[in-house]
Amino acid sequence: MNNYQHNHFAHCESGVMSSMLKHHGLNLSEPMVFGLSNAMTFAYLPFIKLGGMPLIAYRSMPKSIIKTLQKNLKIKMKLETFSNKQKGEDKLNELLEEGKIVGIQSSVYWLPYFPEEMRFHFNAHNLIAYGIQDNEYLISDPVFENPVKCDKASLTKARFVRGVMAPKGLLYYPEHVPTHIDLKPIIKKNLKKTAKMMLNTPVPIAGLRGVRYLAKTIAKLKFKDKRYAKLFLGHIIRMQEEIGTGGAGFRYIYASFLKEASELFDNDETLAEASTLLLSVGDSWRDFALLVAKSLKSKHEIDFEKISLKLLSIADEEAIMYKKILEFNP
Amino acid sequence: MDINNVPQDNSSTYSNNKKAIYASDENGSVQVVGSTGWEAEEIVTKQALEDLLQSALDAYEEVKNGNKSTLYFHMYDIRMDLQVLADSTGFFKWTIKKDFNPNTFQKIKQKRLNIYAEAMGKSTNELTVLPELNNE
Repeated sequence: MNNYQHNHFAHCESGVMSSMLKHHGLNLSEPMVFGLSNAMTFAYLPFIKLGGMPLIAYRSMPKSIIKTLQKNLKIKMKLETFSNKQKGEDKLNELLEEGKIVGIQSSVYWLPYFPEEMRFHFNAHNLIAYGIQDNEYLISDPVFENPVKCDKASLTKARFVRGVMAPKGLLYYPEHVPTHIDLKPIIKKNLKKTAKMMLNTPVPIAGLRGVRYLAKTIAKLKFKDKRYAKLFLGHIIRMQEEIGTGGAGFRYIYASFLKEASELFDNDETLAEASTLLLSVGDSWRDFALLVAKSLKSKHEIDFEKISLKLLSIADEEAIMYKKILEFNP
Repeated sequence: MDINNVPQDNSSTYSNNKKAIYASDENGSVQVVGSTGWEAEEIVTKQALEDLLQSALDAYEEVKNGNKSTLYFHMYDIRMDLQVLADSTGFFKWTIKKDFNPNTFQKIKQKRLNIYAEAMGKSTNELTVLPELNNE
């Protein structure tokens, strides 16, 4: 066996990368992985529909954490997809028999260990397989507290679903991991990159412009079909909380990254302040979620204007935090 | 969020699992705290589930009344819709819509039925019958 150690994390992709790198001798927390891969973002793409609902993302595209981290840290990752199911399954078995731990992209719906009420057709989930026992895969799913098991047929089915973000049997593992990396310059560069993108993005659907655009869309929901309006509001909160974001759509994770970064720069005060600001921005996102959930449950008419204004105020609050990051000059 | 304020609402949607939430202690250091659930999240997850269930129940009636084929019910029963089923099978939507017609579906080619069965994780026999509703 490979002495693999399971960890409980908030998010699947950053969790997998943190566990995987740790296994290969590079100790990076989940927030560090998230921050160094520039994963913090916001996007509202009304023209891309998932399950009839527009795409709302609080983080970067699936697979971008793996790819950006590889680039920023000069790790060498092997990523492999398969056109043939059997070959894909054989390759996984082969790697596990060699004692490797393997990152896997899968659908959520077809994983039998997921709670029934959490099984939706989402194809970009990530997990680690670290062994085979009695014809079952030993799975370290970062969003679960403990390791789980999955029969071979189910995992293969989950790896080879077709459709939006189809995993195509994706397997990934590091081929080379540097044991010492000077994180400071990478942190500095990527902090600014994230802050600038969120503040100054040229496209109206991303960054804080995206948040404001969504707020305006919410205000217009009063003219829409009632059922759709309610599902739309619920959908925003699901993307913010349900899918494993560490709370408040990754804002708390990023606050943790800022705090860790501050410590690396001899307790830099600007970053510590930015962390505190973001924790409070996160609380506002949670208030927003609670406001929406209560409105959905209430017998009274939904006050779309109020919800919209709340979201606009969050955009303003978050802007102050990014400006604080831009003041960082060690 | 303060580590003492991390909600522990025992949401049924978590089914006794915990989710990792990042929260801060009095020194501002942020760490993972296991949460057994949060009311706000549970409300929106259940809203989505109820919508999916309602679609399946509506489909069930349609099939029972002879307006739609059993395929139509099974699609909603496994939380899919026309788009997801089209993506999962590689079939064009309009050809799937034809298979929602009970008469067309009765004459479906075995090969095509096999592709549905594979994509939907059901046996071909299961796909062609309407289960008893109390099995829901």
